[in-house]
Amino acid sequence: MNLSDSKKKLALAGVICGLVAACLAFLGNPANMAFCIACFIRDTAGALGMHQAEVVQYARPEIIGLVLGAFIISVGTKEYRSTGGSSPMIRFVLGMIIVIGSLVFLGCPLRMIIRMSAGDLNAWVALIGFILGVATGVFALKKGFSLGRAHAVNKSGGTMLPVMMAGILILALASSVLKASEAGPGSMHAPLIASLIGGLVFGAVAQKSRMCFAGSIRDVILMKNFDLFSVIAGLFVVMLVFNLATGRFVVGFDTPGIIAHSNHLWNILGMYTVGFAATLAGGCPLRQLILAGQGSSDSAVTVMGMFVGAALCHTLGLAASGTAMNAETQEIVAGAVPPHGKVACIVCIIVCFVIAFTNKRDEAK
Amino acid sequence: MKEVDARGLSCPEPLMLTAEALKGASGPVKILVTEPHQKMNVEKYAKDHGRKSTAGEKDGYFEVVIE
Repeated sequence: MNLSDSKKKLALAGVICGLVAACLAFLGNPANMAFCIACFIRDTAGALGMHQAEVVQYARPEIIGLVLGAFIISVGTKEYRSTGGSSPMIRFVLGMIIVIGSLVFLGCPLRMIIRMSAGDLNAWVALIGFILGVATGVFALKKGFSLGRAHAVNKSGGTMLPVMMAGILILALASSVLKASEAGPGSMHAPLIASLIGGLVFGAVAQKSRMCFAGSIRDVILMKNFDLFSVIAGLFVVMLVFNLATGRFVVGFDTPGIIAHSNHLWNILGMYTVGFAATLAGGCPLRQLILAGQGSSDSAVTVMGMFVGAALCHTLGLAASGTAMNAETQEIVAGAVPPHGKVACIVCIIVCFVIAFTNKRDEAK
Repeated sequence: MKEVDARGLSCPEPLMLTAEALKGASGPVKILVTEPHQKMNVEKYAKDHGRKSTAGEKDGYFEVVIE
């Protein structure tokens, strides 16, 4: 089974994943969040007690399913490779940066596409930053950027993240030790079994199609290759139809209740950070989870960085707030990026530049 | 035969090195990659540029020869 050898198959993969996201949104996941990797890692980090923001704590079965789906399909199709050793600590930092940028914007690249399909103009603004961030990463690649070679490691090494995800699933099913929000986005979710199945399907399809939101823009800029872009187009079209059909398509900037803000500069800079860091790390947050599932310890370290970054966002007050309706006054309260979040975003961009231009391919042999 | 050792490198480095090697080569080029999707990417790149390729699996990596 190969989903990546033609644009039609890749678009079909996008359609399948779009259907999964639409179903989960219909079954209870937050409005236009549906299937956001950064938000769901943040929620899972909260469930594990890594941060204490009570409204965003829930062990999202989608994240568990993504990793396990990629693991099962890669073992089944003999694509599982246990590898590691390509600048793991730099990848850890890039993972942190990816999530900090995501939570300044309020969403990963996947959620940016989902928000775009729901008419959220802030996401279209952020797309400018994402493209510029990927382009900066491509510039670094052309100048010889590399994080060095990964090498084969013990077969069990690549199973660590899938095993940890299975462990979180067991805790969620058989204990009450994990935290779970009673209000806010963390309390809004599809039934556990539906989320898990959705994650498994999404993970398997993403593994076979090489789905990557940073990679799709990167390939267009670097090689004029639109193959991976077909996946995004398929997903966007399905979500657009879903939003139009269910009355969730609302064009505007200051739309309350969709967990977004209209700080244009910070929407752009947040996604610039994500695009830049994801290009340096070799893939978007979704792709990192998939690569970790198929045995890459380097991507597993990046995922760990994303968990720590998500926790820091809420312990240090870096994450943006979404525009909301004041229940008492019925006034719209504009969402915003806190000062610490702005400083963190700038620091992250600087760190990306340092990483991009101090790690050369020649030095990585 | 010109050889490009892209084993263990992250995407898109194997493809970038392949493109660079093909530009300056008059004869066949051998590309070594680790991941199955990287092998497929290299084969597709060769096909898209009108070149024939043959691939084989070695001990833990793939060898793609572009004619």
